[in-house]
This record gives sequence, C-alpha cells and structure tokens, in this order.
Amino acid sequence: MNFEEYAAKPLLAAAGIPVPPSRLAETPAAVAAAAADIGPCVVKAQVPTGKRGKAGGIKLAATPEEAQTHAEAIIGMNIDGHRVAKVLVEAQVPIAAEYYAAVLNDPASRAPVVLFSTMGGMDVEEAAEKDPSAMRRVPVSINEGLSKDAALAALDGLALAASTDDIADCLVKLYDAYRRHDAELLEINPLVVTQDQRIVALDCKFTLDDGAAPRQPDLVAQAAPEKLTALEAEAQAAGLKYIELGGSVGVLANGAGLTMTTMDAITHFGGAPANFLEIGGEAYTKSKVALEILLKNPNIRSLLVNFCGAFARTDVMAEGVIKAWQALQPDIPVFFTIHGTGEDEAVELVKRELGIEPYDLMDDAVQAAVRAAGGEASA
Amino acid sequence: MIIRKNHKILVQGITGKQGTFWTREMQTYGASVIGGVNPKKAGTEHLGVPVYGSAVEAAKQDPFDVALMFIPPLAAKAAALDACAAGAKLLVCLTEHIPAQDVMEMHAAAAASGTRIVGPNTAGLVTPGESFAGIMPAFNKRVFQPGPIGVISRSGSLGTLICLNLTNAGLGQSVFYGIGGDPMIGTTTRDALEILDQDPGTQGVAICGEIGGSMEEEAAEYAAGMKKPVAAFIAGRASPPGKKMGHAGAIVSGGKGDYGSKRKALEAAGVAVADVPSQLPSLLAARLTGL
Repeated sequence: MNFEEYAAKPLLAAAGIPVPPSRLAETPAAVAAAAADIGPCVVKAQVPTGKRGKAGGIKLAATPEEAQTHAEAIIGMNIDGHRVAKVLVEAQVPIAAEYYAAVLNDPASRAPVVLFSTMGGMDVEEAAEKDPSAMRRVPVSINEGLSKDAALAALDGLALAASTDDIADCLVKLYDAYRRHDAELLEINPLVVTQDQRIVALDCKFTLDDGAAPRQPDLVAQAAPEKLTALEAEAQAAGLKYIELGGSVGVLANGAGLTMTTMDAITHFGGAPANFLEIGGEAYTKSKVALEILLKNPNIRSLLVNFCGAFARTDVMAEGVIKAWQALQPDIPVFFTIHGTGEDEAVELVKRELGIEPYDLMDDAVQAAVRAAGGEASA
Repeated sequence: MIIRKNHKILVQGITGKQGTFWTREMQTYGASVIGGVNPKKAGTEHLGVPVYGSAVEAAKQDPFDVALMFIPPLAAKAAALDACAAGAKLLVCLTEHIPAQDVMEMHAAAAASGTRIVGPNTAGLVTPGESFAGIMPAFNKRVFQPGPIGVISRSGSLGTLICLNLTNAGLGQSVFYGIGGDPMIGTTTRDALEILDQDPGTQGVAICGEIGGSMEEEAAEYAAGMKKPVAAFIAGRASPPGKKMGHAGAIVSGGKGDYGSKRKALEAAGVAVADVPSQLPSLLAARLTGL
C-alpha cells in the first residue's frame, strides 16, 4: 500500500525528523494563498510515483502568483497514469548536500536493512550502479533494532556536510518510524543538509506492508488510491483479486500459482488471457460476483475454468460457478478442467447441471478455449 | 527435514474448522498427531488427542518434532514463538498475510532455537504413503503416489497439478515440499533442493517456481552440482510486470524476478524447463536412468 508525500512526511515529523513547513492544496487559488503564508515555495504534485520531477510535476515559485501559475499547469496533469488532484506547497530549503536514507525489508536476510548514501536526490539504483561503495548497507536484528553505535559505524569514513552524530540520530529515528508504522519501505530521498547544517527530509516514500494493514487502520485510511481499472476496483471492493489483461480467453482458477499457470498455458497454445482472477475455497460464495465482473470485460470470447483443489474443495467451487452461470446465462462457451479435492463430485455436478463434460487434461481444455476464442490453438 | 511416519506432530489451532478438518485427514492418512493447542480448551480432548494451553506445555508432556499452525495472521507470531520455545524441529506455517515484521521476528526466533520454518503461506509437506502436514490432498490417489520424484512448490494449487501430471505419467513422489508463496520464507527453493538431494528415496526433482524474487536463480546454482536430474516449471511467463499475482512474493519489479532470468539460470545449470506443466514428467523421465 503506497502513500503520497503529504501523507508520508507526518510519520517522519512525528519521529522527530524535521520536514519543511507545508500545506496541501487542491486548487490554484488555494496554492496562491498557501504560498502567501509560506513564502518562496515548491509546488509538488501528489501522486504515488517517483517520476514527478521529470514529468514537470515539481516547480519552484518565488511568489504566490508564480505558485498559482505552476498549480494551474500541475493540477490535472497525468503523471505515470495518475491524475494530479492535490499539490503540496512547501517552503524552499537552502541545500548544501543531498543524501539518501531508507529502511526496508530484505528477503535475503529475512530482516530489516538500513541504507544510507551521500548520493541523494537521484534515482537510488542509478546511484548504486555509479558508485556501489557510496551505498552503506546495515543489516539490523529485528529484536535488537538499530543502535546509535551501529548507525555511527555505518557512517564511518564518509565526508558529511552535517555532524555524523545528527545523521546517525536521524537513521535511528527513521528505523523506529519504520517499525512503529509497519513499513515495507520508508525512504527519505533527498535527505538534505541545509547551508546552516540542519538536516531536513525533502521527500518521503512510505509503503505500508499489506499484511499489517488490519492493525494500522488509521494509516490505511490515508493510503493513495491504487491505479485500477473500473472492473479491478469493483473486484477489489468485493474482496477478489482481479487483474485485467488484453486477451480474449477468460480465466477462472483457484490459487495464485495455478491461475498464473493457466494464463501461461493459454499463451503457450496460441491464445491470450483476458484476466487474472483467483477464487480460493473460502471465496466460493463470491463466484457469482467473480463471474459477473469477468463477463463485463467486452473482449472475452470464451471462458476457461481450471480448478485443482488442495485446500479449496473443487465441488464447492464448481457449485458456485454453476449457480452463477445458470443465473447469468452468458452467451460464450465455457470449458472446465477439474482435479484434486472433491473432483468426482465437481465433475458430476458440471455434467448434470450444465450438460458439459469437463476435460481430463488441462492442455485439452486450454486448447479448446483458445480455439473457441478464435485463436490458433497450436503448441 | 522430511516428514516421516514416526515424526510427532502438534497442531496449533486444532479445534478450529480447518484445523479439525485437516487434522482428521492427517490422522486417517497415518500421521502421528500427538495433540493440539488452544489455550481456551486446554485440558480437553479433540479428535482423540489432548489439547494443551501452549506448545511449550505440550512439549513438557509429550515432546514433539513438528508444529503445524492453523492460526490467523495477527496471532501467528505468538504461536510461532511458542513453537520455537517448545523446541520444535520443524514449524509448518500455513498462514497467509502475516505482517512482514512479525515474520522477521519468527525467523529470528527460529534461528535462535534451531527450528526450521517451512512457509509462511505454504500448503504443507507430504511424504506419500507415510505422513503429511498441511492442506494438500495427500489422500487423493490420482494426485499422490509413492515414487522417486521430489517436488518443490511455492504454490499448493500448482503443486497439486504437477503431482497429478507426474502420477498420470507413472512417476510417483518421494516428497512434496510446499515452501510457500510469501517473499520471506524459512525454507527456500535451494534449501528444499538440498534436502531432496540428500534424501536416498529421491531420484529426481521437479521444481515449480514462480516469478518474483531470486529463489529459482539461487536454486540453479545448487542444481548445477547435482547428480540427480532436475526439471522445472516456472509460473508467470504471461503475467504483466509490477503486479502482485495473488501471492505476495509473485511480483516482477524493476526488471527483477522475471521469467526470462529464472529460465536462463536454470537452463544454464542443466535443469530442463517445461513450457507447460504437462511436459514436466517426460523431461524428468528422459533423465532418470534405471527406472
């Protein structure tokens, strides 16, 4: 779950990391009013993507009039697929140096890692490639946390524009905020040192761990909306994972691995999947809404139902699909292949209720669905 | 560690709906379930075995080898720490959507107690004809038959399909090792490959991977030095980048974890890679000798 800058920065401020004074605005007039209070400012598009600067979504303004002109250009702009509805009007900061600091989950060590680099401001992967030694990497024990000594050791030997002690403090605060807010990533880029040696966070990226969302309800309420199609949003509201793809063969399967594999097989046999849509055992009661959403996609020419029940009982899932199919009566052909837990009952149900013979081999069902959708169906 | 008939299993969350359903299946299959945990029902019996207040309490009464968790996400950390404190050799964690920082605490506790975690978000382990722990249809004879092939899978549903294909082709399984669909799992593809390589009952290995992460690439490094044949299927070739494909770990981001990199690494290590799951049995059979 991603957050825009204006929602992420208060987490830093609460942890004691200074951020510039700022105000959120949604209209050019409100931007001008904010600029009149704040003084020379930066008008920054609020969208959850790192490409704001290059896209022209961040502009310096010396006066309220200038700020208003920039706001007129920025509000409504489309950046990386996100429409700009809000801007942050933030006080300008006299910059002496720009650094990079982050804490994130490291799958390789199954532990948090703290990153610090003196090459801030730019894309961090780019910086790491340019000079790998400039990136300090501190593995942290989740039980012990980041100590001030460990932070100081990480900064050892770097020529810094601020006191090493202050930056080490900042890293410890950043780590504490990462822990408190269940971050998957908490990043400051750039972390600037001002001409009078103060440390200020000029930008902040925060990704909340999806698994922790149920225990962070206050944060969830402020998360940036996901970039979803209308059907994807409808599915999300219904508690289903649906991803729209460009093809014509609809996919209904159980389990992430099997659903991806079904898409792969459709592609392998010359077709193109229309969607990713997974219904697990617990979600069988949702098979009607799942089918409704799937069938609203105008590109669908055939439907492939592939169940391989481990935890999920195929008879229960088949029953849900059959009920939904009978209620909706879609005018496209449907092809079944069913294996695993409950398969005998499931196959019998499909035969009896829909008069359709499920395929014993998945490849045969896939090829039939691809052919029915007008594809080549060749291996 | 491979689950054997004599391994004693403790089921955390045994009294819940899923805990009850799957424990009964495990008992029928022949697994040695010695008891369960539910603090609210400590001192009672369920499915003919004692219910304890904690795993630590259970270990005092009846030392066990394997803890199996049917525990909801926000309570998973406490249950896992309890199992580690009880000295479990193996902890099978089925739970999906556990907060990542809780998962890190679980791994730290397991490292300290010498516990091997399988998962989180695994469908479990099956040793066909002997025992199983988890939510796999071990009892379905069309899917699982004893035999020479070790199977490693991030996904339960895809693992089921692969075992079905192997069984259809006359290739039974020595072990099904469900490692889990999460990004931070205790037993990686490479770890499982090493376990199967050392297992005398395993003559060849099928890897069911997925896009995301670098586990298949790391496993390829190990496979390059193996004598036993290895074949793989990697799910997600047709998946778009930047999207989590159902599993939290199945995402291609910043060009990392994509299908091409995994296939290339595996093929360079001498691993045959199937385009569709149905090709996997013949790729393995062609490389097995004396069967």
